[in-house]
Amino acid sequence: MDAFLLQILNGLDKGSAYALIALGLTLIFGTLGVVNFAHGALFMIGAFCAVTLQKIFSLSFETVDPEKTDFLGNPLKVKTPYVESWFGPEFGGAIIDWSVPLAILFAIPIMVAVGFIMERGLIKHFYKRPHADQILVTFGLAIVLQEVIKYFYGANPIPTPAPDTLNGVANLGAVIGMDLIYPVWRIVYFCFACLIIGAVFAFLQFTTFGMVVRAGMADRETVGLLGINIDRRFTIMFGIAAAVAGLAGVMYTPINSPNYHMGMDFLVLSFVVVVVGGMGSLPGAVLAGFVLGVLESFASMEWAISLIPGINQIIIYLVAIIILLVRPRGLMGRKGVMED
Amino acid sequence: MSKTDVSRRGLLKTSAVAGAGLAVPTIFTAQSAAAFTNNPTGGTVTLGFNVPQTGPYADEGADELRAYQLAVEHLNGEGDGGMLNTFSSKALEGSGIMGKKVEYVTGDTQTKSDAARASAKSMIEKDGAIMITGGSSSGVAVAVQGLCQEAGVIFMAGLTHSNDTTGKDKKANGFRHFFNAYMSGAALAPVLKNLYGDDRKAYHLTADYTWGWTQEESIKAATEALGWETVNTVKTPLAATDFSSYIAPVLNSGADVLVLNHYGGNMVNSLTNAVQFGLREKEVNGKNFEIVVPLYSRLMAKGAGENVKGIHGSTNWHWSLQDEGSKAFVRSFGTKYGFPPSQAAHTCYVQTLLYADAVQRAGSFNPCAVAEALEDFEFDGMGNGKTLYRGEDHQCFKDVLVVRGKENPTSEFDLLEVVEVTPRAQVEYPADHPMFAGGQLGSCNPGA
Repeated sequence: MDAFLLQILNGLDKGSAYALIALGLTLIFGTLGVVNFAHGALFMIGAFCAVTLQKIFSLSFETVDPEKTDFLGNPLKVKTPYVESWFGPEFGGAIIDWSVPLAILFAIPIMVAVGFIMERGLIKHFYKRPHADQILVTFGLAIVLQEVIKYFYGANPIPTPAPDTLNGVANLGAVIGMDLIYPVWRIVYFCFACLIIGAVFAFLQFTTFGMVVRAGMADRETVGLLGINIDRRFTIMFGIAAAVAGLAGVMYTPINSPNYHMGMDFLVLSFVVVVVGGMGSLPGAVLAGFVLGVLESFASMEWAISLIPGINQIIIYLVAIIILLVRPRGLMGRKGVMED
Repeated sequence: MSKTDVSRRGLLKTSAVAGAGLAVPTIFTAQSAAAFTNNPTGGTVTLGFNVPQTGPYADEGADELRAYQLAVEHLNGEGDGGMLNTFSSKALEGSGIMGKKVEYVTGDTQTKSDAARASAKSMIEKDGAIMITGGSSSGVAVAVQGLCQEAGVIFMAGLTHSNDTTGKDKKANGFRHFFNAYMSGAALAPVLKNLYGDDRKAYHLTADYTWGWTQEESIKAATEALGWETVNTVKTPLAATDFSSYIAPVLNSGADVLVLNHYGGNMVNSLTNAVQFGLREKEVNGKNFEIVVPLYSRLMAKGAGENVKGIHGSTNWHWSLQDEGSKAFVRSFGTKYGFPPSQAAHTCYVQTLLYADAVQRAGSFNPCAVAEALEDFEFDGMGNGKTLYRGEDHQCFKDVLVVRGKENPTSEFDLLEVVEVTPRAQVEYPADHPMFAGGQLGSCNPGA
């Protein structure tokens, strides 16, 4: 029972990342009609915003410690971060320690800007081109972005830990008399994802801007005829979608040390999530993200692997095949989409 | 009764044909002794360095390439000579190999078998490389070794730890200096027994490919021989990034040791996830829960950050060793590049010198002569104590290091500390050991 509950938690946690990326993918597909294969790269850039802020906070000056030697036998150069010398070791240390949560503020403007540049600079030229062209150009862009990151940060994963106070484990089962230990940061990640998803839905549902965007998603031409500059609003939505993916990346860094390839690892899965949820359906993307996350976790359990060897590697694609055969529009897709 | 007529003309004809027939093989033999793939005829000789320059092991590949460049410098008599000064064989004089200046070409394995074979093939066919070396994965090593055997050049393996490289997939043209999974098990087991006792329950998470399988088999056999029980062995996909769903079942399995048969990004992520789930603070069966990473690398340890502290594993070599060979290499490498070399860099540097030395001693670049010079060659001064290149399987036998993630590192390179230097005798095994069975070394192929 404990193992079962743990896998549900794991699944929700994995699903959080899938849902956030798929949400952005769906926003872009729904508004601009573009299949953005560079969306995984935006997740990766978000993660590297956290790495960069940590590096900025850790910028240090060197002092020579004559009593110690380095690996060549020369006097050891000791590095002291500037923030620690300016604000004292305690407060300065705390700033470095909290660099991942602080990176949320750092990442939002960067990701929105990256989104704007991507949309205005490249993707808008492909609106009237076939989907195959859009996929090729965005996939190419994703490869370029990951190579740029590799050039500056190297190929090895870079440890980016959570703040010490959020680094331990919590016994979630204590209330119901069970032993259900789960990492605190993963709980934080799940709550954060729910918050972002809620905020995006609230923005689209309760603001005039959101209403216009939804109207544009339903019938772009009519909204345009009403004299509303829908293109500008869609560009802003691209920026928001980029920021959502970026924030998912920022908060993911303590779970797995980020590397240049992490975007690609998530992209294909998130794309499957969008298809399973229903192309263009925001609630579908979120629902499918969580459902596939949980299914993937269950498929990694021993009984599942002994029942069907290799199920842990194919479960998501198996579900995608079944959904496409039985209900091509996806779980919550609009009637007619992907069905003609 | 039969009668045989032998005429003078007939006898002469028969003798001429028989004489020519007997002479033919001699002519061919004489030619083949001199003809082999990419026989260097000018004043230079070209070596092919096949390392991952892109992909997940690109940083390790970059370190290998640095070591190769340093080895070439030292062979050509530039720099401080590095390990040439401490190497027990004194055949090399810093004047290239057999008087020919050493040049090199590089290829990118991308840590993909097909790409690695393609780049090795290109270096052999287009650039005239006489020897191929490098790599950071056993899958790649086995693939390139096979290619070199077919092409008739020597392959000096880089970082490859699977038993299969010198086991079922061994080849007469291939040589491995790096240690293997069996040796890791043999070196780690006694240390684990001392630290954690002989009544333990182990749970294995294993990367699902050739290296992972042989690693799991070796550690499992070594720990079970101590009296440990193996609770479960679970294969994880090589492409996995989040291991939480594999770690969660460990919590309720009754196991009190987790063995992570992972390398590279897999190792960084699985160890990070295991620590996140509080395994290190956990107590099971009245004992502290322990994590073991059988194959350690400093570059990987850096990726896992704080999580490696106190975790035990094994390595082929470490820059903090204080023997003369290691000190000379660290000095050369550190002065040139500003940081200490990795174990991958060490094995690649040593392999290059060993190849050059074998050519020099054999007096020929012919792969068969070089192979003969390397087989059963004993040497010292290369950082691992007295070492034997066993002729039966082309595997080096030397001391193995058991290391631990350092609790209080003094620098970003000071991540591991050597717990024990396991003597060579403890990690030796017969060439027909069941874990290495199934393949034939075959005979050396000189190519052309």
